[in-house]
Amino acid sequence: MSSETKQILTTDGIPLEVSLKKAERRNKIKAFLLVVPLLFFIIITYVFPIGDMLMRSVDDKMVTEMLPKTFKAMEKWDGKELPEEEVFAAFHSDFIKLVEEKREGKLSTQLNYTKNGFKSIIKKLRRKSKSFEEGNYKEQIMAVHKRWANVEYWQAIKRRAPAYTGQKYLKGIDMFKNENGEIVSVPEDRRIHRVLWLRTLEIAFFVTVFCFLMAYPIAHLLATLPMKYSNLLMICVLLPFWTSLLVRTASWMILLQQQGLVNDFFVGIGLVADDNRPEMMFNKTGSYVAMTQILLPFMVLPLYSVMKTISPSLMRAGKSLGGTPFVAFWKVYFPLTIPGIGAGCLLVFILAIGYYITPALVGGASGTLISNQIAFHMKSTLDWSFASAMGLMLLTGVLAIYWVYNKLVGIDNIKLG
Amino acid sequence: MALPKYTEPHYRIWHYVYLTICAAVFFFLIAPLFVIFPLSFNAEEFLVFSDGMKSLDPDAFSLRWYKDMIYGTKNPWGLATKNSFIIAIFATIGSVILGTVAALGLSSRHMPYKGLIMAVLISPMIVPLIISGVAIFFFMAKAGLAATHLGIILAHIILGTPFVVITVTATLSGFDHSVTRAAASLGSNPVNTFMKITLPLILPGVISGGLFAFVTSFDEVVVVLFLAGLENTTIPIQMWTGLREQLSPTILAVATCLIILSTLILVTAELLRRRSERLRGINR
Repeated sequence: MSSETKQILTTDGIPLEVSLKKAERRNKIKAFLLVVPLLFFIIITYVFPIGDMLMRSVDDKMVTEMLPKTFKAMEKWDGKELPEEEVFAAFHSDFIKLVEEKREGKLSTQLNYTKNGFKSIIKKLRRKSKSFEEGNYKEQIMAVHKRWANVEYWQAIKRRAPAYTGQKYLKGIDMFKNENGEIVSVPEDRRIHRVLWLRTLEIAFFVTVFCFLMAYPIAHLLATLPMKYSNLLMICVLLPFWTSLLVRTASWMILLQQQGLVNDFFVGIGLVADDNRPEMMFNKTGSYVAMTQILLPFMVLPLYSVMKTISPSLMRAGKSLGGTPFVAFWKVYFPLTIPGIGAGCLLVFILAIGYYITPALVGGASGTLISNQIAFHMKSTLDWSFASAMGLMLLTGVLAIYWVYNKLVGIDNIKLG
Repeated sequence: MALPKYTEPHYRIWHYVYLTICAAVFFFLIAPLFVIFPLSFNAEEFLVFSDGMKSLDPDAFSLRWYKDMIYGTKNPWGLATKNSFIIAIFATIGSVILGTVAALGLSSRHMPYKGLIMAVLISPMIVPLIISGVAIFFFMAKAGLAATHLGIILAHIILGTPFVVITVTATLSGFDHSVTRAAASLGSNPVNTFMKITLPLILPGVISGGLFAFVTSFDEVVVVLFLAGLENTTIPIQMWTGLREQLSPTILAVATCLIILSTLILVTAELLRRRSERLRGINR
């Protein structure tokens, strides 16, 4: 059989199989060429920069380059007692060079990340080093400030010798490498990041739950009502969906303020006293309420598109077989909506976990999320490597959720509008 | 959704409870938007309903905040509006061209590594915006494009293309490829076939993807906050600064205009969706 098929030739004498393969390859290349412009664009402007974030988050070359001789001299130092004169001399020579280039401020900022207290002693050293005499630098440097005679500060410098470091990631979960190289947690009163991670998860989780509880009934109503009514009601879902995020946040700021309508209403029905209006904004409540309303359409739309495909006769069949409406709903209808629930919950949870604008405006200090911390380090402290590290930790979390979701439900269930 | 006559009383009650819950949720969804309208016509500077407004006294209403929005001397809304439209229009054009061409390749059954490439192309939609913001800022800073219109336009193309890719691939999934083969057999070249046959058929998908891209750019604030300088300020940036510093009625006037704009976009998107479904023969 195979020998017979091989003998089929096209008109120009080439075996059909070869000719078809060639055409197939040409089609493949054609299809690929169409995708190439966008693929290149996204890879260069987006995928590589995310890789750049990874490099920045572990990059620690700055200090390594600022103190080359010191680190060379420190190689022989065991790190237990104060280092020898050789290290001090090397440090002095590096330091003089930095002062000439006016970069000693950067060094003090960097070393201060590792151990508090470097800022003032480096400033002092810069002033005193002008009148240093040649030789015996150990004595002279130690005389500048008693911390220079403390071995812990020299150990801190030595820890900055490697060009790459994971310390930013440790800092992101409130841990650090101590003098002996052990990884330990920071004191309890300074653990700000763990609180933030937990709060981000908590808010994202509850916003998802609230959205689900509110979206399920209305998606069901939209899917079962006759077209002419449901189209009208659909506008109530789609109008917020298409409206600017900032406009919606602004309306919540008006509603939730102390003299706002929500408080007026509570006072009106006698729930709270007029002179004792609760704070509903600039705290967690504000974040919860505003984020739930803003993300609700993202839950309604996937649920609706799944429910629309469920035939009403299934519920009727369930009832006619003797189930009460509740049983029919729970055993027949609900299981069929699970793909929609999965898609909606994934979408809302992932959007909520990376939310930035709304919590920053209505969340106050107790309602902000990890994204706000990333923005804070990008714009205020300018610790970009730390912002990168936190961003990548968040990204890993999001991708992990996608992966799990894809295993459980399949990613193709996400639909737009 | 009238209940049949034989419905038992407790299901009847449950049915009305269910309708009440739905009404409450719809109210929660849509009501906040309507707070903005009346307050933007407030004659006073406070963001609460004055007694005059509650009794519908005509003197309690005025257009002063709209005047302030347009003619106010220290208001940057004019520049912001101009920038927002320039950026959104160019970002939409860029996203639509790149996204549609890529979608054509992706819907070909000959496309190799389809899943992987699709994942890369729609990743800007999946990754949290703050991370995209940081990454794009690093790139634009290195390329010397920070604080330029071009930089922001490119950034918005990155964020907008996934929507175009998704909507156009969805439209192409119901596309009958034999019509392009028919065109080719009649002697049309591929470009001509695309312009005369394919594009008119997939146009609803392309336009609705473009609308998504436009809205994404027009409403985008996280990435612009990293990229924009004083000259590149946009409407969302001005709203953001305004909301952070002091909630003024002028912002509500702007917000009202934005709600009107989004209503127009919603209507266009709906009409397109219906047309597209009719063309694809989906009758729901």
